[in-house]
Amino acid sequence: MAGTPNGELMTGAEIVLKALADQGVSTVFGYPGGAVLPIYDEFFQQEKVKHILVRHEQGATHAAEGYARSTGKVGVVLATSGPGATNCVTGLTDALLDSIPMVCLTGQVPTHLIGNDAFQECDTVGITRPCTKHNWLVKDVNDLARIIHEAFYVARTGRPGPVVVDIPKDVQFAKGKYVGPQGITAKTYAPRVKPDQNAVRAAIDLLATARRPILYTGGGVINSGPTASKLLREFVAMTGIPITSTLMGLGAYPASGPEWLGMLGMHGTYEANMAMHDCDVMVCVGARFDDRITGRLDAFSPGSKKIHIDIDPSSINKTVKVDIPVIGDVGHVLEDMIRLWKSRSLKLDAKALADWKAQIAKWKAVDCLKYTPNRDVIMPQYAIERLYELTKDKDCYISTEVGQHQMWAAQFYRFEEPNRWMTSGGLGTMGYGLPAAVGMQAAHPKSLCICVAGDASVLMNMQEMSTAIQHRLPIKVFILNNQYMGMVRQWQQLLHGNRLSESYMDSLPDFVKLAEAYGGTGIRCDKPADLDDAIREMIAAKGPVLFDCRVANLANCFPMIPSGKAHNEMILGSEIKDEEVGNVIDSKGKQLV
Amino acid sequence: MNAAHLTGTGSAYFLEEKKQEAEAHTLAVIAENQPGVLARIIGLFAGRGYNIDSLTVSETEHEKHVSRFTIVTTGTPAVIAQIKNQLERMVPVHSVADLTVSGNYLARELAMVKVAGKGDKRVEALRLADAFRARVVDASTDSFVFELTGKPDKVDQFISLMVPLGLVEVSRTGVAAILRGPEAMKG
Ligand SMILES: Cc1cc2nc3c(=O)[nH]c(=O)nc-3n(C[C@H](O)[C@H](O)[C@H](O)COP(=O)(O)OP(=O)(O)OC[C@H]3O[C@@H](n4cnc5c(N)ncnc54)[C@H](O)[C@@H]3O)c2cc1C
Ligand SMILES: Cc1ncc(C[n+]2csc(CCOP(=O)(O)OP(=O)(O)O)c2C)c(N)n1
Ligand SMILES: [Mg+2]
Repeated sequence: MAGTPNGELMTGAEIVLKALADQGVSTVFGYPGGAVLPIYDEFFQQEKVKHILVRHEQGATHAAEGYARSTGKVGVVLATSGPGATNCVTGLTDALLDSIPMVCLTGQVPTHLIGNDAFQECDTVGITRPCTKHNWLVKDVNDLARIIHEAFYVARTGRPGPVVVDIPKDVQFAKGKYVGPQGITAKTYAPRVKPDQNAVRAAIDLLATARRPILYTGGGVINSGPTASKLLREFVAMTGIPITSTLMGLGAYPASGPEWLGMLGMHGTYEANMAMHDCDVMVCVGARFDDRITGRLDAFSPGSKKIHIDIDPSSINKTVKVDIPVIGDVGHVLEDMIRLWKSRSLKLDAKALADWKAQIAKWKAVDCLKYTPNRDVIMPQYAIERLYELTKDKDCYISTEVGQHQMWAAQFYRFEEPNRWMTSGGLGTMGYGLPAAVGMQAAHPKSLCICVAGDASVLMNMQEMSTAIQHRLPIKVFILNNQYMGMVRQWQQLLHGNRLSESYMDSLPDFVKLAEAYGGTGIRCDKPADLDDAIREMIAAKGPVLFDCRVANLANCFPMIPSGKAHNEMILGSEIKDEEVGNVIDSKGKQLV
Repeated sequence: MNAAHLTGTGSAYFLEEKKQEAEAHTLAVIAENQPGVLARIIGLFAGRGYNIDSLTVSETEHEKHVSRFTIVTTGTPAVIAQIKNQLERMVPVHSVADLTVSGNYLARELAMVKVAGKGDKRVEALRLADAFRARVVDASTDSFVFELTGKPDKVDQFISLMVPLGLVEVSRTGVAAILRGPEAMKG
């Protein structure tokens, strides 16, 4: 098959493999079934594209997300028709909300059976239409190569996202012409990447007058690629503007950087949220004013002028009205802003900036992430701090599941580089983290790939441990085991009179035995004094590890801006006692999610 | 930070939310005529809770596989702007124009109106049809089908006049719209 010149007839299945190879795809996450057997037959006969057999198609989608986010490349999934396709829906939706580039190829019943309720038939393009950027049903083998190349183009261009190509079985068998990827785009899809220079100028003019500026950065900086992170650092160094980031943007600016305020939003730091509230000029760089960020909209940063840099015009003025929109790719926009700032030798008012930073220093002094240490029980915050200290000098990638542990990881693990942090932000998909770690490890076989998990979430795609064992992917699953759906319990405490309906995790498995049952290593630790050694043992282990880290069961995650409150109405962990937890949110706030 | 904020709401920064009025806008959308494109557009409106007051679609350039949609929708200016942006970022969409914002445009609709009756009512229906320049496209001894083209409010008016005269059934196409003047639509 290799080296077939353009124009020679190939089967649809051969075309799929050739197109993947020509797109530079090295790894596909998939699961076979009747409607994709011709494609699997081709996998068998080639070596360019590696196939990683997962244990559930949802696992394949999250693995592809982990692969994509940790490399900047497009993640690729292959699944069969019917149940294979429907199992992909959660991962596609996750990728759509978090702007992750993904191509998902699905098999479909033969063209003449479509619409007949054939065996394992489902309306894949219908089901996935609202959870993809675009999708295609290929009815003619001669369109197949072009559509696959178009699919890759759409997935990675502009605001990245997932796409589906649904390929009926007869199309996989039929012979048709192959075309290469050169010059194939989607003719109607050409998002603007270079900004309007007038907008850039207006942004710089406004910024230069700022007395209390802040940069609010997000996942768009990561999407834009490593250059954008470099430019962001240069921009901060040049202007001295304090910077915060969303959950999705962590690592774009280093946590050790002098202007870093920590994450903002619902579980963000006091200093970041107060600075957002009180700033006079806000520059939003590739973030989308999500409700976890804004809190109460009518009290969101009431006194500021807002500049919004985003590649997707539909992100502008969606929830928060901004003063200066700059449409374009973060990298291009920052490049232009830096050039303009330099060429005009601009400088912020030094006295005002110093006062602003003095104010920020006071907020920092509140020490909002402080927690009460404990000598007998491992505090979850302590567990993440130790994990960070013992892995920070290593080449490390971190994924998370969803819940309190996710927020603690975001607060206490300090990211220095982009693409090192994989988490399900927009959809908040429990079951994301373990398979995402499989995908990260597949992309970075030599690196240390850790999933920070919760006892409940980790069970949602636990079967992917088997994938990790089979493919020698030595992922480390660090479970903060509090025997609760901690985040659910926290909300029940805050909103539902401490009635803990179904949030206790009864009958949890023995994670050590479970690890061993899969052929991996199990480690348990429940003493703070033993934790460092146990983490070292995990790092040193050759294969996959399930680490059952027994943490304080009832710890809650603070600071927190309760739903319906403003940034300056944050609850700090140090000032809230368990008895008060139920009175913090009023009835109106309780209706929000 | 003090304990006060732990109870009740009431931010010191309460801002009166400016309630914008909803307005009707007519959008023209040029899109690839590929399978599912109508479902995509309707799905966008349904999924995001936008209104569709009227929607018409037909292929306008056969060789280029291009279709034109005319969508009449109601929303606040902010929602209308979102709708336009959301439509524009759809992969098969070439361009979107808000005709209401662009200004001077023509909007027409075709209706077929069936009226049954005898005697004076029948005569009166025919007389009104003539005044509205509706054509009789079918007739029996006790019924007419009128064909009427015009602005939607003219069609509305005609239909309401037919109600007391024996209106039986109406079929309307929805609005087709185009800008006046020599230029083609810009996105
Ligand atoms: C339990 C839980 C709690 C959470 N709490 C918090 C919290 O406290 N704080 C927090 O921040 N988040 C929190 N989140 C995550 C939150 O739900 C959102 O996912 C997140 O805030 C969105 O991040 P973002 O704004 O960076 O947008 P993203 O979803 O990353 O979107 C990126 C934006 O950048 C744009 N963009 C993409 N590529 C480019 C490019 N190349 N150039 C320019 N623009 C581009 C996109 O159009 C989009 O508007 C929480 C999630 C969960 C599950
Ligand atoms: C698939 C899915 N179902 C339900 C939820 C709602 N949910 C959010 S956090 C959470 C509990 C997570 O518990 P665990 O994994 O133990 O994490 P912890 O909060 O205890 O750290 C639940 C059920 C979700 N986010 N995803
Ligand atoms: Mg838990």
